[in-house]
Amino acid sequence: MTLSITLVVNGDRHRVTLEDARPTLLDVLRDRIGLTGTKKGCDRGQCGACTVLVDGRRVNACLSLAMTVDGARITTIEGLATGDELHPVQAAFVECDGFQCGYCTPGQIMSAVGLIAEGDAGPDPERIREGMSGNLCRCAAYPGITAAVQDAQARLAQVEGTKA
Amino acid sequence: MPDTLNPAAPGHVRLGSNSGQPMTRRDGAAKVTGAATFAADNRPEGMLHAVFASASIARGRVTFLNLVAARAHPGVVEIMTPANRPPLQLDPDGKGYPFAWRTEALQDDTVRYAGQPIALVIAHTLEAATEGARLLAPRYDAQPARIGFDRGDRYDPPAVGIGGAPSFDKGDIDAGMRAAAQVTETRIETPMQYHNAMEPHAIVAAWDGDRLTLDTPNQAIVMMRNVFAQYFGIPEENVTLRSPYLGGGFGSKAIVVGPQLLAVLAARMVGRPVKLVLRRDQMFGPVQHRGATRQVIRLGTEASGRLTAVDHHATASTSSFDAFIEPAANASHNTYASPSIRTRHAAVRMDTGTPGPMRAPGEASGMAALECAMDEAAEALGLDPLEFRLRNYAETDPATGRRFSSKALRECYAAGAQRFGWDDRPLAPGRMRDEDGLLVGWGMGTCLFPAPMFPAQARAVLRADGSALLETAGADMGQGAWTALAQIAADGVGLPIDRIEFRSGRSDLPDGGVAGGSGHTASAGGALHAAGGDAIRQLAEIAAEDPQSPLFGAGNSGVGARDGRLYRVDDESRGESYGDIMARAGLAELVGSGSGGRDPAHAEARAMFSHGAVFAEVKIDPELYQIRVTRLVGAFAAGRIINPRLASSQLTGGMIWGLGFALHEEGLHDARSGRAMNADLAGYHLPVNADAPSVEAILVDEHDPFVNALGVKGVGEIGITGTVGAIANAVWHATAVRATAFPIHIETLMGR
Amino acid sequence: MNRFDYLRPASLAEAIDAGARPGASYLAGGTALLDLMKIGVARPGLVVDISRLPGLDRIDRLDGGGWRIGALVRNADLARDAGFAAAFPAVAEALLSGASAQVRNVATLAGNLMQHTRCAYFQDPHSACNRRSPGAGCEARGGETRGHAVLGWTDACIATHPSDFAVPLVALDAVVEIAGPQGSRALPLAQFHALPGAETPGGVALGPGELITGLRLPPGAADFAAHGRYVKLRERTSFAFALVSAAALLRIRDDTIIDARLALGGVAARPWRIPEAEALMIGAVPGTDVFETAAARMVQGAAASGDNGFKIDLARRIAIRALTLAAAGTPARMPALPASVFAPATGAVHHA
Repeated sequence: MTLSITLVVNGDRHRVTLEDARPTLLDVLRDRIGLTGTKKGCDRGQCGACTVLVDGRRVNACLSLAMTVDGARITTIEGLATGDELHPVQAAFVECDGFQCGYCTPGQIMSAVGLIAEGDAGPDPERIREGMSGNLCRCAAYPGITAAVQDAQARLAQVEGTKA
Repeated sequence: MPDTLNPAAPGHVRLGSNSGQPMTRRDGAAKVTGAATFAADNRPEGMLHAVFASASIARGRVTFLNLVAARAHPGVVEIMTPANRPPLQLDPDGKGYPFAWRTEALQDDTVRYAGQPIALVIAHTLEAATEGARLLAPRYDAQPARIGFDRGDRYDPPAVGIGGAPSFDKGDIDAGMRAAAQVTETRIETPMQYHNAMEPHAIVAAWDGDRLTLDTPNQAIVMMRNVFAQYFGIPEENVTLRSPYLGGGFGSKAIVVGPQLLAVLAARMVGRPVKLVLRRDQMFGPVQHRGATRQVIRLGTEASGRLTAVDHHATASTSSFDAFIEPAANASHNTYASPSIRTRHAAVRMDTGTPGPMRAPGEASGMAALECAMDEAAEALGLDPLEFRLRNYAETDPATGRRFSSKALRECYAAGAQRFGWDDRPLAPGRMRDEDGLLVGWGMGTCLFPAPMFPAQARAVLRADGSALLETAGADMGQGAWTALAQIAADGVGLPIDRIEFRSGRSDLPDGGVAGGSGHTASAGGALHAAGGDAIRQLAEIAAEDPQSPLFGAGNSGVGARDGRLYRVDDESRGESYGDIMARAGLAELVGSGSGGRDPAHAEARAMFSHGAVFAEVKIDPELYQIRVTRLVGAFAAGRIINPRLASSQLTGGMIWGLGFALHEEGLHDARSGRAMNADLAGYHLPVNADAPSVEAILVDEHDPFVNALGVKGVGEIGITGTVGAIANAVWHATAVRATAFPIHIETLMGR
Repeated sequence: MNRFDYLRPASLAEAIDAGARPGASYLAGGTALLDLMKIGVARPGLVVDISRLPGLDRIDRLDGGGWRIGALVRNADLARDAGFAAAFPAVAEALLSGASAQVRNVATLAGNLMQHTRCAYFQDPHSACNRRSPGAGCEARGGETRGHAVLGWTDACIATHPSDFAVPLVALDAVVEIAGPQGSRALPLAQFHALPGAETPGGVALGPGELITGLRLPPGAADFAAHGRYVKLRERTSFAFALVSAAALLRIRDDTIIDARLALGGVAARPWRIPEAEALMIGAVPGTDVFETAAARMVQGAAASGDNGFKIDLARRIAIRALTLAAAGTPARMPALPASVFAPATGAVHHA
């Protein structure tokens, strides 16, 4: 017996058939939908490399069964940029050199997007560091990551200000 | 801007407008959008998943595998065991190639460490392969594990590191100790550490007849392509190894390891592409680690504060079946001036996987101990730790007496101390508190790392449209090869970087050597630059012999190259574009080649190292003793910096590695079972963002005319070296407690 | 992980019916259960996904002053609920000191209370463990034991409970609401995690099919809002389990302690609370003397279960620290580093 779920990933509706209930959201994104931007670092919620947004909240895709997020709206790293135009958080990570090897980067960026949306950290670097501590970076690009989140937040605030 | 080059005199290269610029990463957009394809992101048509079963004992033999249960699991296609494993043409235990490590590829049923692959399950899905491996439920004939320095077999290793001498003597150590007004003895233990790149080791293997395509992260792409070819008995050119991005390597992705071989064998067995990705817990065994060390350092000093003797003894752990001895004591060879230096190494065999090079192998653990010892000696002398180091400044290499090719360490000390505010440091410990009552301590350490070069080749192709293609099989594991090498390559052909196409990261390109030893930029960069120079030289020869060229008769030594144009050095207005020269000569393209290297005379005459100084501030809770490194300032001199933005990131990253070494990282193996008991990222602590509130690297100018044509040393590993000791010394300065083991635990500080 | 059947019941009754079947496990956020399934410690034949059960995600103030929190309220949502965080700042601080933002966005109240020990020997299916397999023995004894229990342990089990959240909740007399095949019941959280016995390993006090539906904080629990802190000692600055932790909650009137609550985390198989230690503080002037007396009482009878004797003194010290901070008053804003010893006591910023 197979199971069927629907995920709306980056605005696209995907109907996914599973042979059993085991696959995680992470493995479904990577192996079945083919969105490999989201990375697997530990598969146990201990590194944050697989961070995606589920219904707007940052979560570890490795710690969700795909079945449990049936019907959810998922945003992955592939869904951030608009065409060739990088999302402000992506642009800030490049500018501030907030990564080296790049493997944890999709998770860092999705986590940063989630953190900014939560609105608790503000420009306080200490709150940003704490809020980003669920995303390990073995290259230890942390100074750049913190700077990138601050920078992106300022850019986004400016965009919001322009709109208002 | 000095952007000419003189192709006829490659020893006196001047770099152009690309090198030295803080460009953002050329692979940046790919990495922030998820488009960068790491090995495990490949999904060739028809691919199956493989998962290996890990031994849960550390010594013995596998006596039973429940093949029936595993085979019955839906989705399982095949199971590989020593009984049906296809042959390899090279013995995984044979050390049949340079830099070989013994590895486990199901050659027999023995188990020599916990976590060793003992069978492989191939299935349609990752879930089925994973569960299939679990269902094998192995049984064993087990023997007691030997874990720990006091339980393993001790021996005198014939070599340390990769082929290094295990002992070294300069002068008369006994006389040095006798001449000392004071002798201090420092004992330091360092634990096993695991590389834990964020990207687990991964491979996708696909056979097409006797041609093999491998997607796997690798730090030595062509060399290991050749090793794979040897293992499978096929011509080297039949293997294509693609490694455009490594999700971190740190030394652990340089060699061919058993799990990779198993995936290739599996692909042959099932006739389909196979992907194998290690689980995080599987990173604690078959893919190397930093061996534990036990070090004793005795420093003899005169009352004036000058060293008379440096005696550094290191015992390192290795496996029961192979050896990589962390060459920790060698850190004392080149750092401080002393009339007598003695270093010794011993080794202890344990039932673990074999250690290997991990970011600054030897230098990290050795400098950690040496910098603690130096601090202790300074304390005993009543000297400021920086002043003590300055009094023992090595004007020439202490080990060989050679002059340094360049050494701006004094400037590093000065720049770092000033930025940090070191002058305000009270000499005695336990004197500083912050406004919240936290203990504050300041410590420092010297950083040192050699500047090796490795054989590397490159090709430069000038195209008729005025652009160029530059190629080398370089490896970008985060250090920025895609960017820094391209900057050098562009200068090599005298073009703006956006006019060159740079190809790297795959084995069908010229051998870019190894991304290791902090020597990749110098080695592969040197090759690229030389290849560019070779192409420009040929172009200049054509122009100089072409009567229609304004360069006619110039002789190529009088020709410069800039912005896609050759010109006469004595009259820059006389010149023409590459395209024009090639068009007239009827050339579609012009190919140059080059290799990196170092003038052998300079290599013989000079000692070549990067240097630096790290200053650390820690804050410590006065009752609960939790430690936080609140500031790290490092100043580094590493020759020419190709890209300051990326170099700075390398250095601060290395410093945070030092932080992890000092306070966090520790591979714990149960002494009875030998199993790694913290084989995950919740148990094996890497520093998190909140651990590193303020980390800064200062790049100190250094011109090195000897190290290589580019004047480039390396920045990949040096950051870690002095940081460990700097933090331990800061902890002492806050608490008056000397660490005797890393990581520094809360209970150590409680016990004061 | 093993193959399992997956069911998403529409009602609580349906859930309990399914959850009572042999081999069934409830799954809410999944951050704990899925992790255990991946490492082979949990192998349910049936996963009953209760994450969408209606009505269990509410945060309600009850008539009479108490609070009720639904089982499926996510950790982050509870900590960020302005009313709740104002009433129970120590609970919010404990929540925010646990795990990572990503995990907190998913993990539920019930799942947090249901989580298993982080004992490495429990998590390693190849090691003998009475919790996993009663009667098998405890291989943690004599192993890597820096983090293990110093209170309430026996030879059967030396594991600690890893929850931060539960520590202030126990101090506040929280009550767990449980539903099951035999109907509903309520159990003080302090009794929810059983300590090991001579032969028994300890664990959660739920019968087959039973599940947590909510948690009640009694009237009066919010009276500690002005003086409530949670302090957590960790081996890295964030994203780490507690080596030891403490929740301290005081009511102070006219410079006199009129009520006191104190619980320790990371020291035993459940949050450790000694009512006598709290009673010692009532009527006293807040200060080091009385806090030391109370803290000493908290660790009375403590003993090393391995290489962890240092935790006894640390537990005593962190109790004093938490009481001292609580007496100083709840900070106006959640510290940037919740529950950290590096959260500035003065509100000063440590680093620009």
